Amino acid sequence: MEDTTVKLLGTKGSPFSHRAEVALRLKDVKFEFLHEDLAHKSDMLLRHNPIHKKVPVLVHGEKSIAESLIVIEYVDEAFEGYNILPSDPYERAMARFWARFIDDKVIPAFWMSCWTDGEIQKGFIAQSKETLTTLQRQLEGKKFFGGDSIGLVDLAGCMIAFWFAVLQEVAGINLLNEEDYPVLCRWAEDYCSVRAVSESLPDKSFLVAHFASKKEKMFATKAPLLSTKAGRPLPPPLKSNG
Amino acid sequence: MASEKGVTLLDFWVSPFGQRARIALAEKGVQYEYKEQNLVEKSDLLLKSNPVYKKIPVLIHDGKPVCESLVIVQYIDEVWSDKSPLLPSDPYQKAQARFWADYVDKKVFDCGTRLWKLKGEEQEAAKKEMIEILQLLEAQLGDNKYFGGDTFGYVDVAFIPFNNWFYSYETCGNFSIEAVAPKLVKWAKRCMERESVAKTLYDPNKVYEFVCYLKKKFGVE
Repeated sequence: MEDTTVKLLGTKGSPFSHRAEVALRLKDVKFEFLHEDLAHKSDMLLRHNPIHKKVPVLVHGEKSIAESLIVIEYVDEAFEGYNILPSDPYERAMARFWARFIDDKVIPAFWMSCWTDGEIQKGFIAQSKETLTTLQRQLEGKKFFGGDSIGLVDLAGCMIAFWFAVLQEVAGINLLNEEDYPVLCRWAEDYCSVRAVSESLPDKSFLVAHFASKKEKMFATKAPLLSTKAGRPLPPPLKSNG
Repeated sequence: MASEKGVTLLDFWVSPFGQRARIALAEKGVQYEYKEQNLVEKSDLLLKSNPVYKKIPVLIHDGKPVCESLVIVQYIDEVWSDKSPLLPSDPYQKAQARFWADYVDKKVFDCGTRLWKLKGEEQEAAKKEMIEILQLLEAQLGDNKYFGGDTFGYVDVAFIPFNNWFYSYETCGNFSIEAVAPKLVKWAKRCMERESVAKTLYDPNKVYEFVCYLKKKFGVE
């Protein structure tokens, strides 16, 4: 008989793991969460994601699926129930576009704002503000990016909803605040209140300690560790808007 | 934007990303209006249709713009689903196709750009990386006719436009792709036999001319 067990290889600290976990919970899928120690990656992780060697990896029977946004779409298609993506092709295209925008622009700019200083930091902060403003506009008139209930873009934005507050606390910056981004902050609270989400969030103090230890390491080596979509560090922002 | 019926593609002739959209539209037999864009002086239409990135390609369908080449290809596949499916119907096969198209997206263009733009050690590093990328993709292709298996599919569409940049990468990097990934070269020849691909891709020499123009523009010898 075909093996249909579901395992999620991930870490509690990773927003990308969180995305996959929420997707599974939204679909009411029974799964086993296997915690990875990213400093000592398991044979299972290396076997199921030999290309990128990263979390999350979904193992469904004999099948392995990697890359969090791809995992979400797989879960949406392979399991019945809750619709994570809309059914209309244009709405699906919009959802995919904004999920990628979060990964390609919002997250890297914010991340670099946290771990740089001086003029370079100012540039990233300006970039970050622009991307957050652009993203916030997508929430106009809606409770969630997905409409009345959370969808692909909300899951993609989980790092903004929960992790950004932790990161900026550790980094000592104040980018995402209620005064400048009231709609985004309200969305963040609503997103974190959804049961499937709250059950998948890490403990805040654990996260603060985790990033605080990372901060020392990064400033010591002067090399912000960044895993962007392109898999390489972002160059400092150009002075002019290219 | 006026709700005009029909399909328009805002594009730039040599862009491999634009070519993905063109190939997908051709595979589906979709009639559309091609609008070549000036990327130095961007048109109002481009800026209005893609305010976030201000880039091509942009597919405008009945007045509604879709941006980002792989998002566009998936949209084309889902709207014109009655003909030549590009993505498999099985969720796992679909996930695999998305993974490999994403891999091509993350790796090929950036590495290729570094290959022609940089010199010395950095160029050597880019060349080494490109060989690794191509060999990995070749391993993934295996003995299949296409990345999609027996049928031309999503990953083939995502990757084939870069084939006509291979000559530029080889010339700038001083290496032979046939020597390091012969199966990939055979795959590319098979793809080029398809009308959708042959009519879309430009001669490698023309692409190389463009690369030389870029090198001059960026002050690379």
